[in-house]
Amino acid sequence: MVQPTPIDPMSVDPNEEVVIDRKHRSPLQLAIRRFLKNKLAIVGLIVFFIIICMAIFAPFLTDQDPEQHDLLSIEQSPTSEHILGTDGSGRDNFSRLLYGSRISLIVGFSAMVFTLVIGLITGAIAGYYGGIVDNIIMRLTDLVLALPFLVLALTIIALMEKITIGIFVTIIAITSWPTLTRIVRGTFLSLREQEFVLGARAIGASDTRIIFKHFIPNAIGPIIVNATLMMASMIIIESALSFIGFGIPQPTPTWGNMISEAQSIRILRYHPEAWIPPGLGILVTVLAINFIGDGLRDAFDPKSDGR
Amino acid sequence: MTMIERNLESSNLDNRTDKDILVEVKNLKKYFPIKGGILKRTIGQVKAVDGVSFSIIKGETLGVVGESGSGKSTLGRVILRLLDPTEGNVVFDDVDISYLSQRKIRPQRKDMQIVFQDPFASLNSKMSVGQLVEEPLIVQGLLSKKDRVKQVSEIITKVGLRKGDLQKYPHEFSGGQRQRISIARALVVNPKFVICDEPVSALDVSIQAQVLNLMKDLQEELGLTYLFIAHDLSVVKHISDRVAVMYLGRFVELASKKALYNNALHPYTRALLSSIPVIDIDKEPAKKVEKIKLQGDLPSPANPPSGCTFRTRCPYAYDRCTSEVPELIELEENHFVACHLYTEK
Repeated sequence: MVQPTPIDPMSVDPNEEVVIDRKHRSPLQLAIRRFLKNKLAIVGLIVFFIIICMAIFAPFLTDQDPEQHDLLSIEQSPTSEHILGTDGSGRDNFSRLLYGSRISLIVGFSAMVFTLVIGLITGAIAGYYGGIVDNIIMRLTDLVLALPFLVLALTIIALMEKITIGIFVTIIAITSWPTLTRIVRGTFLSLREQEFVLGARAIGASDTRIIFKHFIPNAIGPIIVNATLMMASMIIIESALSFIGFGIPQPTPTWGNMISEAQSIRILRYHPEAWIPPGLGILVTVLAINFIGDGLRDAFDPKSDGR
Repeated sequence: MTMIERNLESSNLDNRTDKDILVEVKNLKKYFPIKGGILKRTIGQVKAVDGVSFSIIKGETLGVVGESGSGKSTLGRVILRLLDPTEGNVVFDDVDISYLSQRKIRPQRKDMQIVFQDPFASLNSKMSVGQLVEEPLIVQGLLSKKDRVKQVSEIITKVGLRKGDLQKYPHEFSGGQRQRISIARALVVNPKFVICDEPVSALDVSIQAQVLNLMKDLQEELGLTYLFIAHDLSVVKHISDRVAVMYLGRFVELASKKALYNNALHPYTRALLSSIPVIDIDKEPAKKVEKIKLQGDLPSPANPPSGCTFRTRCPYAYDRCTSEVPELIELEENHFVACHLYTEK
């Protein structure tokens, strides 16, 4: 980090209004600067941006309908019309790859936001108020964490008649909020003991103000980092469930159910172009998000906090 | 001598009336439960403040000294209701605030403020100086946006910072400057009473004097009343009108600065005073203060000694000290002491 040149105190007349042409950066701005200096994180950000663009502009990148099946041309090898060939129902693999990224990103992002909301509220209440409320919320997280995720998810999905993205996101969110709750609670507990919180109380600030103006800005670092990393793991969860056939049902394309095509040895061996691209898609997306998350972690690390 | 000090010494201290009292503390107690076992049952109590009574007169500075663990910071926090008292009352400006709900006490907070010890921990590092100093005004719903900005820049120059500093963030300042920000934050709402909780003990000695003088000047200018907590007798001497000495949650001596420093009565106060290093080569050997060295550490406030809590370290302790708790009595005019040595039957 570039250190600003110190001004010799002797040369400055204290009574004179000295105008120093230097921008004063808030801790958040400093964190953003640190983040932008992290090369790996920037690579992750660029890759992630490209993937988002691919998802958004999918209709412009291919003229094939991902859900249009053509039983006359199944399991075709790549041609100029079908760049990555077709799947077992004769649907175009390339357009399925592009449209499938939408599902992965939407599920990952909305599950993350949903989890964030639940985790933030429960964690904030538990960490701020402590005592009995804290105890109840913590035992609840223990309960949810004790339930095996896969069994719970499969049961709920099995009970549902039709799996929509909304239901899918809810299932992921209600099974993964405890992790975030604990992180938020832990951060709040340590903040609660800090003198500046006592100071806020001493000036008569209300609980709501203390939470929003003093706790959240100071807890935002770990929360953002964990939410980002959580999004990556939610994309994996979505793919995994789709792979075993409990995800978003066909014909909606997802990377997970594209890979599940490779369950047949024939496709696995003779049509690598059908399952390698979606596999790579998951890998690259998750890797990019994790790089971003690691970059954020370094940027928000209090030990490098500009002091 | 300033006007305020002269006033105090001539009138207030000698013939106090109830009208002049800003803060009155009556038999205040704060016990912290010690919880243990699987069921988190209370298995004991830390008597941080154990029956303290005093009053603070408008415009004066009452210094409170004591070792770490003597309960002086807890006392300050209970008075401001940042902690709830276990027993006793705090009357602030004729209102008993000791058992008001936090919601009801909130409007009162503009009249009573606190400056904390650690200038690095007591400022929210995510807020700019301008936001930090403006916050009390916003919270208390005082002034319009325009007047707030004016008030903030007024107070920031008063504490010796520049208007340009308002855009900066706490990490850009030194400890002394940060403490000036804390002071600005406390004073921006025009309080009547400020508790200074060891405001200079985290600072370099050279900066301590600057900050102390600033606080003194501001007191004079704004007519503030201070409760000044410190563990350093020389710091307290510099700023206080009256001084209370605290030991294990109780006041052992309370007197005007002059009386306390020239004619300390309690053995503990004498020990503290004799421990201040003196550089004076011309001092007559006969006038030399007898050094009293204290043995051992402060006993645990969870399990204080019976009778006089100081008896375990007191060179003059005798049998009565074990059995009887000494009361704080007015031995000379406005000179209170809690010691059996002066109440021989």
